[in-house]
Parts: sequence; structure tokens; C-alpha cells
Amino acid sequence: MSQIILFSVLTLGSVAAVFATILYVIAQRFAVEEDPRLSEVAEMLPGINCGACGFPGCPGMAQALVEGADQGDISHLNCPPGGTEVMATIGGYFGLETGSAKETVAVLRCGGSCEHAPARSEYDGPRSCVIAHGTFAGESGCPFGCLGHGDCEVVCPFDAITMNSETGLPEVDQQLCTSCGACVRACPRKLFQIRPVGRRDRRVWINCRSTEPAVLARKNCAVACIACGKCKTTCDSIVQAITIENNLAYIDHDKCISCGKCVTVCPTKAIAATFEPPQPKPKPAAAEPAAT
Amino acid sequence: MSTEHLIVALPPHERSSVSISRIMWAVVLALVPTTVAGVFFYGIRPLVLTLVAVAFAVAVEHLVVRYLFRRETTSITDGSAVVTGMLLAFNVPASLPFWQIALGAVVAVGVGKMAFGGIGNNPFNPALVGRAFLLISFPVDMTTWPVPGAARLSLDLSAVTGATPLALVKDVGSAGLGQVDLPSYLDLFLGNIGGCIGEASALAVIIGGLFLVWRGFIPWQLPLVYLAGLAVVTGVAWVVNPGIYVDPLYHVLAGGAMLAAWFMVTDMTTSPMSLTGRIVFAGSAGVLTGVIRLFGGFPEGASYSILIMNALVPVIDRHIRPRTFGHGKSGGAA
Amino acid sequence: MQKLKTFSIGGVHPPENKLTDHMAIRDLPPPPQVAIPVSQHIGKPGQLQVERGTTVRVGTLLAKADGFISAAVHSSVSGTVKKIDSVIDSQGHRRQAVIIAVEGDEWEEGIDTSPELLEDISLDRGAIVTRIAEAGIVGAGGATFPTAVKFSIPEGRTIDTLIINGVECEPYLTADHRLMLENADELIVGTRLLMQAAGVARAFIGIESNKPDAIELLQERIRLKAGEGKIPEGFISVLALQQRYPQGGEKQLIQAATGREVPSGKLPLDVHCVVSNVSTTIAVYQAMQKNRPFVDRIVTVTGKALVAAGGGANLRVRIGTPLGAVIEAAGGVPDGTGKIIMGGPMTGRSVTSLEVPITKGSGGVIMIDRSEARRYAVGHCIRCSRCVGGCPMGLEPYLLEKLVQKERYEEAEALSIMDCIECGSCSYSCPANRPLLDWIRLGKGKVGELRRARMRGTT
Repeated sequence: MSQIILFSVLTLGSVAAVFATILYVIAQRFAVEEDPRLSEVAEMLPGINCGACGFPGCPGMAQALVEGADQGDISHLNCPPGGTEVMATIGGYFGLETGSAKETVAVLRCGGSCEHAPARSEYDGPRSCVIAHGTFAGESGCPFGCLGHGDCEVVCPFDAITMNSETGLPEVDQQLCTSCGACVRACPRKLFQIRPVGRRDRRVWINCRSTEPAVLARKNCAVACIACGKCKTTCDSIVQAITIENNLAYIDHDKCISCGKCVTVCPTKAIAATFEPPQPKPKPAAAEPAAT
Repeated sequence: MSTEHLIVALPPHERSSVSISRIMWAVVLALVPTTVAGVFFYGIRPLVLTLVAVAFAVAVEHLVVRYLFRRETTSITDGSAVVTGMLLAFNVPASLPFWQIALGAVVAVGVGKMAFGGIGNNPFNPALVGRAFLLISFPVDMTTWPVPGAARLSLDLSAVTGATPLALVKDVGSAGLGQVDLPSYLDLFLGNIGGCIGEASALAVIIGGLFLVWRGFIPWQLPLVYLAGLAVVTGVAWVVNPGIYVDPLYHVLAGGAMLAAWFMVTDMTTSPMSLTGRIVFAGSAGVLTGVIRLFGGFPEGASYSILIMNALVPVIDRHIRPRTFGHGKSGGAA
Repeated sequence: MQKLKTFSIGGVHPPENKLTDHMAIRDLPPPPQVAIPVSQHIGKPGQLQVERGTTVRVGTLLAKADGFISAAVHSSVSGTVKKIDSVIDSQGHRRQAVIIAVEGDEWEEGIDTSPELLEDISLDRGAIVTRIAEAGIVGAGGATFPTAVKFSIPEGRTIDTLIINGVECEPYLTADHRLMLENADELIVGTRLLMQAAGVARAFIGIESNKPDAIELLQERIRLKAGEGKIPEGFISVLALQQRYPQGGEKQLIQAATGREVPSGKLPLDVHCVVSNVSTTIAVYQAMQKNRPFVDRIVTVTGKALVAAGGGANLRVRIGTPLGAVIEAAGGVPDGTGKIIMGGPMTGRSVTSLEVPITKGSGGVIMIDRSEARRYAVGHCIRCSRCVGGCPMGLEPYLLEKLVQKERYEEAEALSIMDCIECGSCSYSCPANRPLLDWIRLGKGKVGELRRARMRGTT
């Protein structure tokens, strides 16, 4: 009996020794030289591989950073989820200037909640915005509005987007959002936009993407932009941040000072703000879909 | 009449009436003749054994779906657990203790099916997983065969046991087949032999299988190809040495080959997707069955051959694809 | 009787529900107002020729073809152009359309509206194709591909077979069936015209065996014409086909009739065939012999509840008539209707509004009861391979669905996703009710984008 044990141990042991030697030799002979900075920089990145930087994941970004550092410039590179903090660390590591990335957040540009844009037909198919988008204009009839199937919620790598079952619209959690842009790419109706968070988190945007003529847009949705021009008139006397094109107003976030006057004058409450707008007339605030 | 809230969907708007549950319950119906044959030859016990297997299979499926998958609905109404339970019961001797078949059913559904994600996701035939488990765990009970007509109403069949037709012809040694008292082909066909519940009557299995072919749920080629594969291998051995190898007809009628041909090889989830692939699958399983019977350690090879082929399904699916229209030899497509 | 021909791969057999096949075609008078979309075909929209206030008659050109793959659009009514506006299409999107307030029913001069059959063909090959283009004829089977383009055979290419598609394999629809029964002679003249246009000496009229009356009638008329010496023996023959969906698919029909397989990514032209629908062929007859452009079409209005209540009809409808008016003429929308389909139940689109106008491609209006309108609950794929067996193109829908869901479009492309003809056989046959075609259609769109991006990259 003991002989059997002895033999087994000896055979297996020698086999193990032989293989270990082979492995050791191979590992030594064929070792790949890697720039040690790569793994160190990758270590500093968030490591979530979201691709928001435009490179294939954090290792890709690390590679780009190292190559950039070799050429003496990494100011064109930015890690949106990491923000200025991470970029500052990396800049310090290389001793180089990093780009001054603005704090940004994803913003939904549709106010067509179940209440404002009631369903007039019933979609019967897979719970997917891209498929619903290819099926028809939408349950409310608005071919520009949110379809409410939550492709953005599914695609968001940070769980920053949740579908509100009451409004049928997605809500962005500013704290969790890293402006990686996944929702911007996922939404078949291009409803998301990455906008600066604004001073003291005050931001204003046109909460509609409909370029349909006023009558048609209003038929589908109570809070559609009808391009009446009131906001533009108001803004023109202040900072000229609003333009109107294709039956739709647009607020240039670089010019906007977030005074909120346009929100107050909008007759269809199609302008959203993250703060209580000034109220010269006793009127309730605009529909507020985006959480702060 | 208002036309508010019309339903919008992409075409096709028409749906076939064939559903998963319809297919599964048809298989259950197709297994009824075999159940009847089991009762006819081995008495009341096979029926009780089948009910126990079905009950445990269904219970496990229900509990897993509700409490592990945390789904609101249950999937037991689709009948797939019932099929698994029945097939498992048909693959064990009628005398198997009840607690063993219950354990087998738990393993079949719990490990063989639900562990992979439930219906449609299991790579191996759950009933055969259960049988393989039982055969390894309880080799004695799983190879003790009651003889037909030993007891009609008793639940204790251990009094009179015999060998299966395949065990009789396994390793007959140098003395040859001459010294063995083989059952007649008619007994083999009708089921008047020892063996698993579902192995008994080839006739009952064929009736059920033909029903499924008629309903269009299984392609007729599969059982035939499987049995042909088996017959070819055993036929070659028989031609080479008829003294110790029994003829292919005996092999086709005896043991689990018939049940495997109509109900295991044709299992949808665990077989390839293209018809050509399924035929290759069936033929290979048939050949393997013959090889195991002739040269393997067990007298019966049907279940192991199918389990082995189950493992090769992804390979078959990757290499044998359906012929695509416009890609043929005359095509010259870009 | 010999075994009936059919295509070789896949196919399904949905319940026929040809509820209106005994109902003779009725004329639906022009409604008070029509909305005629400028683009009713595949290809570039036409160029508008009218403006607000223009007085038009039936047959007045509203938009002329713009470019090679495009089609002219004519006024289907007489009256005044109220405005150039948009009208909702079957998917709820807005499309440019000419809105015409109807006054009387005056036709353009030179259009022969009499029922008299004109059999003598005076036009030559080129003139026929030109007239087809001028008359705005597009594939009326639903694909709406400009017919003139199909028959403009490039230099050096030859066609030897013309196939007239009288298959009507979609359940419910009976428009082509009725046309074959009521306009058999016109169909034969139309076929001769198209044969001349394509330069062929052999034509088949493919009809499924569930329309024995049409098969018999056309055989008899062809024999009669041959006896009168109007057409050579064996020139046109009726081909009875086994019932199988999607036999009306161009590639399937060509294979059933000639045994030739259109290679992947190629056209019927590449196997020397050209296919034309029955409605289209009769429109060609009218354009050539009667100088009558494509201004109306036959629409089957059907549905189980509708026909049970004594409704249902095969109507000759002016293009641009709103859906509501068409349904009204056939008995109105039955109570409890949950879905209204424009086209056939396998490939048609469900609509959200009754304002949608009838266009050149709309062959049917089907009303489905709410109890039958919804899809069934989706289950897990059990790998039953019914979708693989049903696919007439020999694809693997179960796999394509998964690949598209996982956004693995290159692999889907390698598995010939672009060969999919969107017949719906896979979704139809899935016992787990998986929306296979929904995903495959999405994948085709994505692969198309990829291919276009690649083209841009190489040039």
C-alpha cells in the first residue's frame, strides 16, 4: 500500500517538476516587454472600459496617453467618467498639461410624458426603442419623442438612468452620470445631449426635438416646442443664446447664463430648467423631467 | 366605432397555432402507449413510478423558476417537465425504489435542465442526465430487472428478476450464442421481455413516434437514421462473427434503441438546428450505440451515445449549416 | 395530375382565410377629398408639377419621375389642388402629398374609360417601356418597384422568361384573384405587352392551386386566343403551383416556375427572368391600350368580424382615398377591432390612423379583432428549428436574432442576413412566439449602414 502511495507521489511529482521547468523557460524566453507606464496609467483610470474617451476601454486610453506623453502633449485626451480629478492625477504623473474638461451631464430633450403626450395607439413588440422606432412614429404619434422602452437605461454603464414608470420618460442622475455618451448613441431618436452642468448646476434647455409644424406638434404633445419665438425675443435682449430653426428652438449652452427667463415665457412649457425659474406672473414652473 | 388605441406591431401579424406547450403535451400524449404497455407487462408499479418521477420533475421546475429565477410565472404548464419525468421513468427498471426515481427526477430537472437556465438552454437531455446519475449511483437497483407478468397489482417486484435481452447477448464468450435462450422477435417487438419500462414494447414506442411524425413535430428521417446507424454497426459484427454477435434486427428491437430513436434523438433542444445536422447527429448516435453495445462496458449504449452526441451539437451546428438560397453551385454569388 | 411545382427551401402554410374571394370587384366613387403622396414607390420621390389652386382632372400629372429609379404620380380625381401638405403614412410618419378637393369625375382627354377590350398591339418594345414609365406604373404587389426600370433591360443582357405573379400567397387577400377572374382577357393582352417589352417568347402565369377557377378560366382563354391565332401555341401558359407561403416572393416564384435560383445579391435579370404582378400587368394593359395611367387599384377589405357581419369587399379604389372611406364602403370598422393592417397579414403594416391614404402598393385592408390582434407571450427558444425549416432563404433566424441582439452585425452579415426577404415565416412558425423578424429587420438596417460606411471608406 505504502509503495503505491510512494510511486504515485514520485511519478506525479516528477511530471510536475518537468512541466514547471518547461513553463519557466518559455516564460523567460518569450516574455513580452511592456512599457511599465501602461499598467500604471491604466491603474489611474476608472477601469470601467466605457469607451467615452474614444478608445477601446481603459487600456486603449492608457496606450493613447503614453503615446501622447512621448510626443509631449496629452491635452487633447480626456476621460469623461474620471473627470478633472483623474486627468489631473495623470497629468501630474507625466508632468504635462491636461485638457480642461468641462463638467458635463447627459440631458434628455423630450417632455412627452404619459400625461403630456398620451398614447393613442398601443405598441406590441419587443421592449426595445430601436425596434419601436423602426415600427412606427410612436404611441403618442410624435415621431421625435421618447419611445419609453428604456434602451438608455439598459445601456448606461453607471446606472445613472432610470425609467420613471409614471412619466414613461428616463431620468438622469447627475451624481452618477459621467457623460460617457452611451445613451446619446443608444437613443434612436437622438434625444440625449451632453451639456455642461452649468454654474451651480443651473442649466436650461429646450425640452423637445420635434421639427413638426406647430399644429401637428401640439396635436401629439402638450409640451412641444412650437417655435413661437417668445423665448428668442426674450433672450435676444440679454445674451442671444437662442436660435430657431426647422420649427424648433435651440439654446446654445456656451452663451446661456441660466437666467431662466425663457422658461417663464414659454407658452407650452417646452423649456426645462434644473432650478425654479423667475416668476413674474403666477405660473407654475415648467415640466421638469430631469432629476438633479 | 372608435379607432383609438389600435395595436401597432411589425409584420407578420399572423402566428402559427403551434406553441411550446402544444408540442410538449403532444409528446406526453405520444408517450401514453408506452405507459400502457409498461402497465400491461409489469403491472401497476410502472404507472406509480412514472407518476412519482413526473411529480418530482414538475415540482423542482416550479420551485426553481419561482424561488431561484424569481419569476412571477411558472413554466410547468408548458409540459416540458412532464416529458422529462416520463422519459426518465421509462429509462429505469420497474422495480426501482421510489426514493431513487424521485432523486433521479430532481437531478434530471434540477441539474440537467434548470442549472443551465431552464427550457431551451440545456445542452444535455435532462432525462438521460437523470438516468446516468441513477446508473452510477445505484448500479445494482438500476440493473435488476423484473420479468414481465411477475406481479400485476403489487408494488413489490423484487421477487422474480431476470436479465434484459441485451445482457443476454453481451459477452457470451467463446461458448457462443448457441447456449443462450434468446427471446423471440415477436416478444421483443411487443415487449414481453425484461428491461426498463419504456424499453419493453417497441410497438408502443413506434405508435407514439408515428403520432409525432404525423403532427409534424419530429422529422421522420431521424428515428430511421438512428436505427440504421445502429443496424449497420451491429450488422457488420454479425456478418463477421454470427457465433457471438446477435443480428441487427435483434439490436434494433431490444433495449432502449426504439425509445431513444423516437423520443431522445428527436429532442429539439439538445439536437442540432439544421435538418442535415440532425441527421448526422442521429446517425452518429446510432453508430455509437452499436459500438457501446458491442465493445463497451455496458450492455446498453443508447443513453450514453446520445449524451455524447449532445456534447457535440455546437460543433455540428457550426459546421453543418442549412443550404442558403442563392448560394449554391449555380450561384457564383458575391 | 402531375405533382404541382413549388420552391425548394422552407415555406409555411398559414390559414388562408380568403373570405372575400367570391365578391365581385365594385367601383368605389371618388371621396370628397384625396391625399396623393408624391412618393409611392421605391426610389426618388417625383418632382411636383402642380401647385395650390391648380385644377386637375383624372390622369393629370402631379409629379414626374425624377431620375432613373423613380415614378410619375397622376391625379386620381378631378378637382382643385387644395394644398401641398403632408399626410400620415401607415407608420404614422408624415409624407409630402397633394391634397385635392374633388369636384365631379372628369378624365383627361385621350383616356379610354370604356370596358371594350383592345387586343391589337401597335407599340414597339421601347415605346412600351416609355409608356409604362409615363403612366407611373409600379409593382402593385406591394414592393412598389418602378415597373419601367424592371423592363429596361441593359444592353447585352437577355431575358427568356416572363412570369406573371398571380400567386397571392398572403392570407386574406383576394384582389389579384378577382382581377384574374374578371379581367382575364386584359391580363392576357397585358402579358403579351410585357413579353414584347422584355423580348421573350415564353410567359408563365403562376397561380396557386387554391384558385382553381382562375387557373381554369385563364387556361381556357389562352386556348381560345391560340385557336383564334392571336397568340402562338405555348406562348403563354398557366402554371398551377402548390400552396406554400411565400411563393409570391420573386425569387421563390422564379425557382418554382423555372428551377433557376437567383444568386444572393443578384436580380431576376441575372437568371434571365422578369416577374410582374397581375395588378401591375393589368395596369400595363390599361396604360398601353386605353392610355390610362395608374390612378386606381383593387383593394381587398376584409376581416373575420367584418365578413361575418355581411361586410367585406374587393373595391376599385382611387389612389389617395383615405383608409376610413374605403373601410366605410365595405361595411365599416367592426366593434372590437384591435388592429388594422394595410397589405397582407404576413408583410403588411398595422396603421394607427384612418387618414392613411391608399397608395399604389396597398392591396388589402384587414381588420383584426382585439382578441386576436395581440402577439402571444414570448418564451425561450427551445431550439426546435422550426424557423430554420420554415425560412425560404435557408437562413438561421434563431441565430440571427441572437447576433443582432448582441450587436454582432458582422457575424450576422456573414450568415447572409441580407438575403432575408422579410416574409415572416420564421416569426410565424416560432412556437415560443419570439419576434425573430423584428430583430432580423433591425440587423438588416444595421448591416446596410455598415456596408454603406465601408463603401465610403473605399472610395
